[in-house]
Amino acid sequence: MIRLFHFKNIPENKRYYRIIGCVLTAAVLILIIVGQVCPPYSPTEMNTADKFAGASIYHIFGTDNFGRDVFSRVIAGAGTTLLIAAGTVLIGLAGGIVIGSIAGYFGGPADEILMRINDTIYAFPSILLALIIVSLFGSGTVNLIWALGIAFIPSFTRLVRGEFLRCRQSDFVLRAKLEGAGALRIIFFEILPNTVPVLVSSALIGFNNAVLAEAGLSYLGIGVQPPAPSLGRMLSEAQGYLVKAPLYSLGPGLMIILMILGFSLLGEGLSTDSDAGKFF
Amino acid sequence: MKKFTKPVALSLAALTALAACVTGCGSSPAKADSITVGVANDIDSMDPNKTVSAGTREVLYNVYEGLVKPDSEGNLVPAVAESYEISDDQTTYTFKLRDGVKFHDGSEVTADDVVYSIERCADASDGNVLAPAFSSIKSVEAPDDRTVVVTLNEADGDFLPYLTTAIVPADNSDYENNPIGTGPYKFVSRSVGDSVVLQKFDDYWGDGTNGGNPAQIENVTVKAVTNPDTIITNLQGGSLDLFIHMTQDQTDQLDDSFTIAEGTMNLVQALYLNNSYEPFKDVRVRQALCYALDRQKIFDAVNSGKGTALGSAVYPAYQKYFMPELVDTYTTDTEKAKELLTEAGYPDGFEFTITVPSNYGPHVSTAQVLKEELADIGVTADIQGVEWETWLSDVYQNRDYEATVIGVDASALNAPALLGRYESTADNNFVNYNNSEYDETYEKALASSDDDEKTALYKQCETILSEDAASVYIQDLPDFVAMDSRVTGYQYYPLYVLDLSALKLTDTQ
Repeated sequence: MIRLFHFKNIPENKRYYRIIGCVLTAAVLILIIVGQVCPPYSPTEMNTADKFAGASIYHIFGTDNFGRDVFSRVIAGAGTTLLIAAGTVLIGLAGGIVIGSIAGYFGGPADEILMRINDTIYAFPSILLALIIVSLFGSGTVNLIWALGIAFIPSFTRLVRGEFLRCRQSDFVLRAKLEGAGALRIIFFEILPNTVPVLVSSALIGFNNAVLAEAGLSYLGIGVQPPAPSLGRMLSEAQGYLVKAPLYSLGPGLMIILMILGFSLLGEGLSTDSDAGKFF
Repeated sequence: MKKFTKPVALSLAALTALAACVTGCGSSPAKADSITVGVANDIDSMDPNKTVSAGTREVLYNVYEGLVKPDSEGNLVPAVAESYEISDDQTTYTFKLRDGVKFHDGSEVTADDVVYSIERCADASDGNVLAPAFSSIKSVEAPDDRTVVVTLNEADGDFLPYLTTAIVPADNSDYENNPIGTGPYKFVSRSVGDSVVLQKFDDYWGDGTNGGNPAQIENVTVKAVTNPDTIITNLQGGSLDLFIHMTQDQTDQLDDSFTIAEGTMNLVQALYLNNSYEPFKDVRVRQALCYALDRQKIFDAVNSGKGTALGSAVYPAYQKYFMPELVDTYTTDTEKAKELLTEAGYPDGFEFTITVPSNYGPHVSTAQVLKEELADIGVTADIQGVEWETWLSDVYQNRDYEATVIGVDASALNAPALLGRYESTADNNFVNYNNSEYDETYEKALASSDDDEKTALYKQCETILSEDAASVYIQDLPDFVAMDSRVTGYQYYPLYVLDLSALKLTDTQ
């Protein structure tokens, strides 16, 4: 369905998006793997004699207020952030597919009820919704993934429902019906495969939003718990020392930019529907 | 089309002028007489007797006063009372009320208001005494309009500090929305979670010579900044003029337009252990944690190497009772700690959670260093950051926690204010400490009428807390205050007090 480097019939700018996106994402992934397998320093090891050290060959992003190596924390934190973002999109997508396909395929009262509830939840900004969930169930990485994931369901639901409405009257669906296929079969084997291109690109954009949301929630102090690193929390802590150690904020900031840019370009390059991004 | 241009241009011009006025006017006449003071947590209650948070008490100090109030040297000076007399047997306290003391609503303070205020705190009818120390009061009477007599059940030379309890009007029942006191500042408004607006009280009794200092700045907004990472940007950006309780790492970043004052926080920062949580029931486990502690690492990480080491539950401003030698009860000794853990049945360590309020930067940082130090003896500590309100209800009130890092202050200037909470039956014994030897010694100290004996007994209490490792005592934190250079006069108190009436604004602009 989607071949990353299958460039036939693809506008030139989208080709570049794909290539640059792939390079950036690969670079980020390699850094994260290095961070998991053999980080230069332990991300939580403190050395208070060496706090706020500048950039050097030993600490390329310097050290923080506990004398921890910022680079090691950035690549470890990127792993945490990536995990949260992936979990969030997965939950959001799964929920969105289930609700959106039921609403879109069956239509009628089921559609009305599900979509009105969906709209109500959609009316909340997703960060606010996640904030409510986190304050109800407590903070922590797993809770954060659930909170963001649930908050992301409504936007995916709308997207999936839209796609199902589009396909519902198609010839191939009618044919399947005539052949006596059941609703579940049509939903999962006929319509769903046709929504994949849109879903993939919007999942990547949703991924960006999840990274930013994680950064935002950790920034507010309710996401990942210290001393575990996450990009958002690091950025938040760095803000307190912006004047004294501006380098501290540069590391996590750059990493977020790289991640977002990589996934955005990839998403943009893969999108077949240029409006897909607007759902987020 | 042309028709519309003029009105649009006019209204744009008007808007610009308005905007210019908002920013311009804000910084000249209005700002000259108002400041914004930043604090780490929101006010938990405007009721002076219902708040449990030190951060609230230090703000309410400006709104409410007791019969007596503490001054910056720690002495108790008459406030609503003009003078007092303590009978020789230390059971009868007689107060002569000051003339012309007015409440913020304009009415004069009467002896009936004083009797009401004290009785309100002593009232046990709903099973919840607002001021537990007042249970020793036998009677409060007003023989005439200007005199109040407090009679105690038994002799207590340490009772006067409790009479800093706020005097409130007998006919006010809405403490949260209409708090009325006699302090130099009166309450104007409050937005929960954000700020409290105070205004100079023009009819304040103090004139600067009779023991009370009138407010000098017309308007003060006390603003809660619950994310410690934004303090510096708020100060630099000009949305705060003063912030109390900062660390050196923070103040180092401010430029010359700020004045920095240095003092001590006057609190006992410790890794408070819930003594009824399973591993911590065993004294050997608690001692092991004490042996794992390396205070210097915490000082380095949190306060650029500064800090006053504490070995028990009393901080140095209590000169009479402070015992610096208790710091040496435990010296950092990983081997010894591991031995104790093995003896207690935890040869491979154990895991517990440190619940810490995330609005208090120094406590969060301390918890992070502790986690590293405890890892050296094989104990895994997880850190759980919570909001201040959650901390107050879960940890402090419901005691539903394993360990926490916090600073405990004294609400009155006497030994019971710090040591009373370790009595097994105390309402505020949030560490669930239970030691009959301690209870006995403490009761004896309370009952003693000989000052030397009393002091010796209180010191014995401190020694028990240290040796029995009631908690892992760490430090009294250095306390930095950053002020915009227009603000002068900040005064440190040996108690948790933010004296707004001492502040002055000099217009240098």
